[in-house]
Amino acid sequence: MSLLELKDVSLGYDSQIVVENLNFKVNKGDYLCIVGENGSGKTTLMKTLLKLTPPLAGVIIRDDDLKKGEIGYLPQQTLVQKDFPASVKEIVLSGCQGGKKFKPFYTKEDKKNAEKNMKRMDILDLQNECYKDLSGGQKQRVLLARALCATKSILLLDEPVSGLDPMVTMGMYELIAKLNKEGLTVIMISHDISASVKYASHILHISKKIFFGTKEEYIQSDIGKFFLMSEGGKENA
Amino acid sequence: MLELIMFYMGYEFVRYALIVGVLIALCSSLLGVTLVLKRFSFIGDGLSHVAFGGIAIASVLNLTNKMYLVLPITILCAVILLKNGQSAKIKGDAAIAMISVGALALGYLLMNIFSTSSNLSGDVCTTLFGSTAILTLTKDEVILCVVLSIIVVLCFIIFYNKIFAVTFDETFSKATGIKTDRYNLLIAVLIAVIIVLAMNLVGSLLISALVIFPALSVMRIFKSFKQVTIASAVLSVVCAFFGIMISIIASTPVGSTIVAVDVTAFIICSIIEKVKR
Repeated sequence: MSLLELKDVSLGYDSQIVVENLNFKVNKGDYLCIVGENGSGKTTLMKTLLKLTPPLAGVIIRDDDLKKGEIGYLPQQTLVQKDFPASVKEIVLSGCQGGKKFKPFYTKEDKKNAEKNMKRMDILDLQNECYKDLSGGQKQRVLLARALCATKSILLLDEPVSGLDPMVTMGMYELIAKLNKEGLTVIMISHDISASVKYASHILHISKKIFFGTKEEYIQSDIGKFFLMSEGGKENA
Repeated sequence: MLELIMFYMGYEFVRYALIVGVLIALCSSLLGVTLVLKRFSFIGDGLSHVAFGGIAIASVLNLTNKMYLVLPITILCAVILLKNGQSAKIKGDAAIAMISVGALALGYLLMNIFSTSSNLSGDVCTTLFGSTAILTLTKDEVILCVVLSIIVVLCFIIFYNKIFAVTFDETFSKATGIKTDRYNLLIAVLIAVIIVLAMNLVGSLLISALVIFPALSVMRIFKSFKQVTIASAVLSVVCAFFGIMISIIASTPVGSTIVAVDVTAFIICSIIEKVKR
């Protein structure tokens, strides 16, 4: 059974339609990359998947786990966070608060879970450091560990490598690929089409024409060929 | 020095002033951290002017306990400011500025037109800069203040983790199913309560100082949210205590003395930060 299915969905805000007739399906263990130009509606799609903005039309069918809010989200960093006095541990723990149940304090399980995910992201030795003193890559790992605390099944990433240098970017991609191999479903917004093709299992390309399919199909498609060529051209230049 | 303090402690009015002052300082510093980080430093200022307007209306109506009118008005405005921040027809800071000066002007106008007192400018000055009112507190006022403070502190402790999550990353919290609107509302109501309480202590112009100075001071030194929260509470309480004592001994105005102590603490913290580096 699919984890997430969109049928004839239209997206937008204030009744202004950004994307129309969106159809795609995400199965357990998939690695879906959403690519497309700025303003094509990638972030709106992400917000709709997170239930932050309702779809303008169509249906979104969610798996039971997703309905409970079992969703790990890695947002783009905000201005507020730049000088936020918080330790790594506090931030990772804050991922454990999802769900509808009222629980004012963290349980032992929450703390174990946070520790496990900090280990997974290789930031356990940073746990008492202040978030604002970390490097860009470390910050992303912290936020990723927090997202992992919130979910066991699906990760949504909003341009996880923006602003990172090439080496750190590679590391980040490898890390996400590793999580995907461990069984997590990954949905990622990306600007980087060549990296998307390298790591993803499925591609959703949003522009005037919408493409959805496996990455093999994408490489063969006209739209895929066009964009991969132009990107390849850039790299050679 | 200690003898002098003990001597003054013998007076009931000094004890009342200290209890109320310390509690207000505690509450305002707790929420101060969140407000500063959410870029809401000025909400204190805006709401306090609303409270000033409320007091003006209450004086015109000749109410015996002004708090029963001022508190609901201020809470209402806090909620409106917050809702406005989301729909964003008038952006957050502009909305705060608008309500702030609007209420201030309206309050003064009302006081002027319907003045019942012979010393109008004295009255206005008192509400703006705090007064000796804190030294003439009645037992009922002290009890009300204690009860409200306990409620504020309890709310803060119970919702501490949620407040942290919502402050640090509202989008993430919302996506994982936390009702962020509800917690923003809670923060707004709590800050409104604190501001109305603090009017007595430092007056409506200086409340922002109580809210932001302790948080800004300790944020220069401490690294985790918990440390910052606890340290700002401690610092705020200590500053309020010394401020009140100094003002009684040197007979200076209470509010501005407390703020002066807060400013001093901020400078000391800045120096500590520089030295550490």
